[in-house]
Amino acid sequence: MDAVWIALSLSLKVAGWATVLNIVLGISVGYFLARTRFFGRDLLDTLLTLPMVMPPTVLGYYLLVLVGRRSAFGSWLYESFGINLIFTWQGAVIAATVVAFPLVFKPARAAFESVDAELEQAARVLGVSEISIFFRVTLPLAWRGILAGVLLAFARALGEFGATLMVAGSIPGKTQTLSIAVYEAVQAGKDDTANMLVLITSVVCVVVLLTASRLAPGRVAERRR
Amino acid sequence: MLKMALKNLVTVAVLTTSISVFSAEVTVSAAASLTNAFKDIALNFEAEYPEHKVLLNFAGSGELLQQIAKGAPVDVFASADQETMDKAQTQGLLNEASRKDFVRNTLVVITPVDSTLELKAVEDLQQTALQRLAISNPESVPVGRYSKQALLDSNLWAVLADKMINTQNVRQSLDYVARDEVDAGFVYATDAAIMADKVKVQFTVPLNIVVSYPIAVTAEGSAKAVSQQFIDFVLNQQSQAVLKGYGFSQP
Repeated sequence: MDAVWIALSLSLKVAGWATVLNIVLGISVGYFLARTRFFGRDLLDTLLTLPMVMPPTVLGYYLLVLVGRRSAFGSWLYESFGINLIFTWQGAVIAATVVAFPLVFKPARAAFESVDAELEQAARVLGVSEISIFFRVTLPLAWRGILAGVLLAFARALGEFGATLMVAGSIPGKTQTLSIAVYEAVQAGKDDTANMLVLITSVVCVVVLLTASRLAPGRVAERRR
Repeated sequence: MLKMALKNLVTVAVLTTSISVFSAEVTVSAAASLTNAFKDIALNFEAEYPEHKVLLNFAGSGELLQQIAKGAPVDVFASADQETMDKAQTQGLLNEASRKDFVRNTLVVITPVDSTLELKAVEDLQQTALQRLAISNPESVPVGRYSKQALLDSNLWAVLADKMINTQNVRQSLDYVARDEVDAGFVYATDAAIMADKVKVQFTVPLNIVVSYPIAVTAEGSAKAVSQQFIDFVLNQQSQAVLKGYGFSQP
């Protein structure tokens, strides 16, 4: 029973951190791509969207090769800072962040693009600084669209399995998240534990999706009518 | 146009059904440690009986058992231990008469090939230089169960708990050692032999039971003659030579 709650809290911790990282990364990259024109923008957009369509095992393999002890980057991290990401919950956070990133970045870009440029212009004419235009005009106008994406990303990060298993392994209490605990329980024939785990996962995901649909841009328009 | 496409589809469907009257597919669920050997054996089997097709499914034995128990259409089951096969038998999933032991294996501890560690016995796993030890999940993977037993027998199971990295099957342990992500790991001698260029066998783990692999036709597979045919093929000299080539020994 305890193992179930340990897996749940670990999952929430991993998904929470992944979401925080994605809010920062997804919003900045989404804003950047919405507001700049440069050669290769579409290609960059495509590359950043890849994690959404690529099998998590492919991402897991990329990450394992990239941050593993045998790789240039991985060994640099280890020798310079003593950081080892494989088999750690931080490694699970990175896997979940990469997998869920497009779910924040895509809606964020769309939301920023739909913000009326005249409103920003008006603020600029009134002498408001660029940074406070972003936080007081642009972000509040785009916020709903972004938030729906953030919640979906949280749900996706919570359910992450393939990449996490490859990068972080399955160490009970350390890297064994809900979805991996389900897999292990089923493998070992522990149907009671598996039932408990899938029930919890389903409830959490339903709550997240309900919240996301309440925040989706379509609902706002509905209410205004 | 659509009519013609439909007609073609029906023709194809009829053709495929009529072929399947003469040929058969046999689905074989085999322990992960058998991966390479069974791929070879399946090719030989298909070469000898071109009318049959072998579908192979590899995973930890416990996972395979759960798949069969939940109704996966499996005809032949080859497990890496007796315990998993016993469970299948008590759940009525097997054609008991067909059950046979077909190979033996040994448990070893390996390290990456360029490791500076020197390990002679399980007690040496306590060295502080050894930080991470890959061990397959004892709940569902036979090699994990054997490893756990060896550590329990030498009172090291609890001592080494902090170093353990659980894996889903023996090949994942092998891969982590080969990639140098763990300092050592428990695998079968046959797995170590496959990656001889990347991993080093440190010592053979003494066990008080024999690691023997049973194979059996499942209850579902009993309806097909090809299931027993495949087992007979695994037991023949040619296949035993293949298994021996991968380091398995005769039962």
